[in-house]
Amino acid sequence: MTRISLSVNGVQHEADVEPRTLLAYFLRERLGLTGTHIGCDTSSCGACTVLLNGQSVKSCTALAVQADGARVTTVEGLAEDGDWHPIQQAFHEHHGLQCGFCTPGMLMASVGILSENPDPTDQEIRHALEGNLCRCTGYQNIVNAVLAAAEDMRSSAAAS
Amino acid sequence: MATAERYVGGGVLRKEDPTLLTGQGSFVESITLPGMVHVAFARSPYGAARINGIDTGAAANAPGVLAVFTGEDLAGEWAAALPMAWPVTEDIRIPDHWPVARDAVRYVGDAVAVVVAETREQAIDAVDLVDVDYEVLPAVVDIESARADGAARVHEQFDSNDCYTWTHTNGDVDAAFAKADVVIKEHYTQPRLIPNAIEPRAVVVQPTPAAGDFTVWSTTQIPHIAKVLFALTAGIPEAKLRVIAPDVGGGFGSKLNIYAEDVTCLVLARRLGVPTRWVAGRSEGYVATIHGRDQIQEIELAADSAGKILGYRASILANMGAYLQLITPGTPLLGGFLFCGSYGGEAYHFECTGVFTNTTPTDAYRGAGRPEATYAIERAIDALGRAVGVDPVEIRRRNFLPKGEMVESPCGLAFDTTDYETNLDHAVDLLGYEALRAEQAERRARGATRQLGIGFSTYVEMCGLAPSQVLGSLNYGAGGWDAATVRILPTGQAEVVTGSSPHGQGHVTSWSQIAADALGVSFEDVIVLHGDTQVAPHGMNTYGSRSLAVAGVAVHNACGHVVEKARRLAAHSLEVAPEDLEFEGGTFTVKGVPERQTSIQEVAYAAWTAHSLPEGEEPGLTAHHVFDPPNFTFPFGTHVCVTEIDMETGQVEIARYLAVDDCGNVVNPQIVDGQVHGGVAQGIAAALYEEARYAEDGTLETSSMLNYLVPSAAEMPVFELDRTVTPSNSNPMGVKGIGEAGTIASAPAVINSVVDGLSHLGVTEMTMPATPERVWQTIQNAKGGAA
Ligand code: FES
Ligand code: FES
Repeated sequence: MTRISLSVNGVQHEADVEPRTLLAYFLRERLGLTGTHIGCDTSSCGACTVLLNGQSVKSCTALAVQADGARVTTVEGLAEDGDWHPIQQAFHEHHGLQCGFCTPGMLMASVGILSENPDPTDQEIRHALEGNLCRCTGYQNIVNAVLAAAEDMRSSAAAS
Repeated sequence: MATAERYVGGGVLRKEDPTLLTGQGSFVESITLPGMVHVAFARSPYGAARINGIDTGAAANAPGVLAVFTGEDLAGEWAAALPMAWPVTEDIRIPDHWPVARDAVRYVGDAVAVVVAETREQAIDAVDLVDVDYEVLPAVVDIESARADGAARVHEQFDSNDCYTWTHTNGDVDAAFAKADVVIKEHYTQPRLIPNAIEPRAVVVQPTPAAGDFTVWSTTQIPHIAKVLFALTAGIPEAKLRVIAPDVGGGFGSKLNIYAEDVTCLVLARRLGVPTRWVAGRSEGYVATIHGRDQIQEIELAADSAGKILGYRASILANMGAYLQLITPGTPLLGGFLFCGSYGGEAYHFECTGVFTNTTPTDAYRGAGRPEATYAIERAIDALGRAVGVDPVEIRRRNFLPKGEMVESPCGLAFDTTDYETNLDHAVDLLGYEALRAEQAERRARGATRQLGIGFSTYVEMCGLAPSQVLGSLNYGAGGWDAATVRILPTGQAEVVTGSSPHGQGHVTSWSQIAADALGVSFEDVIVLHGDTQVAPHGMNTYGSRSLAVAGVAVHNACGHVVEKARRLAAHSLEVAPEDLEFEGGTFTVKGVPERQTSIQEVAYAAWTAHSLPEGEEPGLTAHHVFDPPNFTFPFGTHVCVTEIDMETGQVEIARYLAVDDCGNVVNPQIVDGQVHGGVAQGIAAALYEEARYAEDGTLETSSMLNYLVPSAAEMPVFELDRTVTPSNSNPMGVKGIGEAGTIASAPAVINSVVDGLSHLGVTEMTMPATPERVWQTIQNAKGGAA
């Protein structure tokens, strides 16, 4: 057991974890944050994507001990004070989700993309989302949602 | 507040989204119960082997392990083997299919033992310690070797690997072929596909031992059917079972089944008296969840010299896999009426032989039989066009069934409503067909590296399953009805209880639109309940693009009954005759006396207090309706795929994808478009990327997401969509169904496009998936042949 200390969605946690515990399972089973989904066993699907110090990572590839001292954001931490993040709003308006299982990972990966590239093209989004699989939407509405969120975030950034 | 607004056809946003966007969805994987134990399955690594013995000692002693059971240990738990609900012929061979194998394994992934442990990791770790003494036997994995002389038999008790042969004939086929000027014969294969819903399967079972009750949460499309079949398999009275399908993360048919893991967790919960849980790993799901397709097809068209088709003959071999799951044998037959597609003719013959192999069972995967049939006819009509020297658009036009209602197809079915030419014309216009052909010619003339292909698919499909009598005549083991209960609560909200169980299709939203319009209440005031057999006791569930055309219509009709009753109660309170009332926007108004009115909510309150009801009326404002449609629905459309083919690398890129679908009246355009997007994506995936492959010994070579390519956003094109609207006459809403159309239509459009793009080299053949290697090889062969 190793003792780790990390901030998840703004809340500080201390926990003893097995060295082999994956961050995804730590979040789901120890912290009860079941919005982070597990869709595969080969780091292929991206359903488990979270932000680690602001960067999107597949939490099934990271060990919980690697998150020691880090800042983690999961889908449960996206909205602030009940106000949806622009990416959540955009997925809603553009029908970027059907069954919703890939969605937490898609949202977090999209936030990661937009923090690096606030004005991506359709093709840039498609390539940046390569590690996130969706079987329901055919991706078009996901891409449209990310484009819309980017525009929304740029205009609120310009306004502030 | 009542409102006159009409929601059906309008753009409302989905009610399902808020929980799913914030991580508050309730998926089975996230359910934990006090005292819950974790189940893992030891599985055969061999395609075929005899089990000479199993030593569970080491596994039983592993950390956290509570119990280990073999198939023999569990033998007394079953009242019946795993169910198969579609014995398509009298003489079909149905092998016993025990949830945990007893004396032999027949495919890689066949379960041989179950480990129960305190944690999932402990259970999975201990699975490796289960020591099975296997006597490995020769396996057969593909249809042709399974039918070869002296082939190893999957089931020793049968004298061959053939499972059944089903035939269907309409008209005098031999006469049609005898008088034909042109006969073409084509051979195609349908690769095996892995459905890959992104949510892996999972099950949690809560027993209440003193009561003998069980609650089963399952990632299922069919909670109601599952309840019946769990009861029959486990020998538990049906009334003691409650099945819940909470949020389900995609299905595409793969969750339309009764799986070994679900019933095993159920009997373990009974045996151990504690809650049990199993969650599939993705790779485990690759062997333990049904696969789709896997057919060898031969199709013959007989035509006159102008290319007008007289007769059809289709003969297919369908890989069943090692056992028959819920509708394994019937799945190919869902395409058995569609090998003539949207075209006319005098006579039709179809035959299908199911074949056992040492592979994971096949079953319904998005489209189920219809993508296979559509692929065959849509490729064959192109071949016919080539044979008579007619363009793909023109050959289709020449053969379309006429516009009309109850139009007799050569297959013998009457199609609800047809208007194929209008739809094709619209697609051709949107496409700018002439300009594309000119560009293709120009690229050919200059020997461009990237050549252009244009492929059409003018599909028709049959869905909305549907008339119970017809399903009965096909030996299908269940009905085709669906149910709805609608009640207006005393505080004014409308509760809609539906028998359909969604897993991404947005029923809550669409049903809210339907009910809000029919009852004249607001969209927000409609609450849709589903997916729990205790809350929604009657239903036939979600598959075969049936939800809207059957269950959605049941909601519409139940709302109609509510309004009828409300009208009688309103008339009573306003002291007029029911026919003196107008109903609009949720308000009953006395004709000609606009100030005398009452809202449906006021009526609901009065029905609840029941202080003053007309004679003979029961309290409460509620109605139940079961809808059993008189016919299937037959959506149709034109899909066009424009590909760019790199002549040096064989890489195929989709430059444009246009889909003009006709699914009758549309309730929610955004949801319909989303269904088309997702459906087309799965068809493109089949055409270009996906194929499950077995090694000769039965090993699944495409064993994980690393070597089975589920396409990402980077591989998918932008879709251009439009619609024509030809309302169905199979139901009062005029709706058809759109869940599978995209998948049914798209694969042939893509492959026709690739063939078209290489046609100047004399290429006429292409097999799915059209990978760069395959396309490159085809180009080399064609060039070699030309040289
Ligand atoms: S669960 Fe992490 S990538 Fe699939
Ligand atoms: S919405 Fe179902 S997998 Fe993406």
